[in-house]
Amino acid sequence: MVKCRGMIWEGKKAPTLEGRHFIDALDFSPAEYDALFSLAERIKSAPAEFSSACSGKVMATLFYEPSTRTRLSFEAAMLRLGGKVLTVADPRTSSVAKGESLADTIRTVGNYADLIVLRHPKEGAAKLAALYSPVPLINGGDGAREHPTQTLTDLFTIVTYKGRLENITVAFCGDLRYGRTVHSLIKALARYPGTRFILISPEELRLPDHVKEEVLALRKDVEFHETTRMEEGLEGADVLYMTRIQKERFFNEEDYLKLRDAYVLTSEKLKLAEEDLIVMHPLPRVTEISYEVDEDKRAVYFQQARLGMFVRMALIARLLGVA
Amino acid sequence: MLKVDRIQVGIVLDHIRAGNGLRIFEELGLAGREYPVALLMNVPSTKMGRKDMIKVSGALDLDLTKLALLDAGITVNYIEGGQVVRKVKPGLPERVVGLIRCKNPRCITSTESYSPSIFILVDREEKRYKCFYCGEYVRV
Repeated sequence: MVKCRGMIWEGKKAPTLEGRHFIDALDFSPAEYDALFSLAERIKSAPAEFSSACSGKVMATLFYEPSTRTRLSFEAAMLRLGGKVLTVADPRTSSVAKGESLADTIRTVGNYADLIVLRHPKEGAAKLAALYSPVPLINGGDGAREHPTQTLTDLFTIVTYKGRLENITVAFCGDLRYGRTVHSLIKALARYPGTRFILISPEELRLPDHVKEEVLALRKDVEFHETTRMEEGLEGADVLYMTRIQKERFFNEEDYLKLRDAYVLTSEKLKLAEEDLIVMHPLPRVTEISYEVDEDKRAVYFQQARLGMFVRMALIARLLGVA
Repeated sequence: MLKVDRIQVGIVLDHIRAGNGLRIFEELGLAGREYPVALLMNVPSTKMGRKDMIKVSGALDLDLTKLALLDAGITVNYIEGGQVVRKVKPGLPERVVGLIRCKNPRCITSTESYSPSIFILVDREEKRYKCFYCGEYVRV
């Protein structure tokens, strides 16, 4: 096994993000997150100042399963930093089709690129890849397990619109059982004081107990309020985080159809919410937010995608040690 | 009754469940060692009826971290000058490499088999481990 230049953060505070991997949303401490968000804010305010920060650097994006938003967001981020991008968007056209192992692919690509972004359908793929990567590796999503840069995006969106991550009440609505973005965000938010979670879901898609256990291990005083009624959950929330009911998680069409339209956010329902609520969604949406809501000033999901690009720029710059 | 001489310096693994001795012998890699090793099987025992035992002469530095996973009832006796100087009931190791197989079919180790499985202890009382890669819980 090769010795990697970066390290997986396991409870020890590393002095800098340079050379580190980003595999799990909890790899970085709240202080390190704060520093990243400050940089992302600076980049957002004055992008021209960073337009050649990554000049001469190359990022490889290895996507073993389809993705549009995440891949484009990363590539746009690197290009806006003045760096270059190598892409394998379809592994059927690469050595993977010849049976090459993930470890060998990573070690090889690590010779060409300064940074690797990996998306893989298997859970834990990024952790394994990081053990072999000679350059910093970012997890762009591994199966149903982790998608840490979505968490980064979500936290940066909350900071941008609410000005804080402490004393926040976040209502999660929809598929809380299988939604990896929900699990990661809940765990990341639980590290801040005064967090309160409202969990709105059908019985079948409730937040798994093991996630609650992990959250309570991080902070014992985190409050959970569970309900099946969206109207009840909207009261007093600072953030409403909508999720898609994922068709691919169901064994039969009938069960999916029964739950698909369980929660649809409409302008009428939004009347029950606070005026300073923000509505977030990791996208893509299907039917869970009606299009009329897009016009509401509280709907920030498309800006959320834009903020995701800025925070990925900050992440890339920090891992490469250029900002 | 089969007799094996008392050892002067070494380790005696006692109270091994009968029939489990050979597996432990193999897991500890004792076959390739240069010092004398005895594997005793089906030894009469007042407490257990029958038990297995392993005597390792001349070595005190064996990696015994796996023992509690292989057989929870084992006693490790450290021998010096022909006397037992320390008795230890091995606890569960914090990290287990290559011994437990992840049962999650979506885990990366199910396809990338060259990489050893790694499990991290999360609950000593419940004997629960977590797969380092996919986070799947397993009870041992």
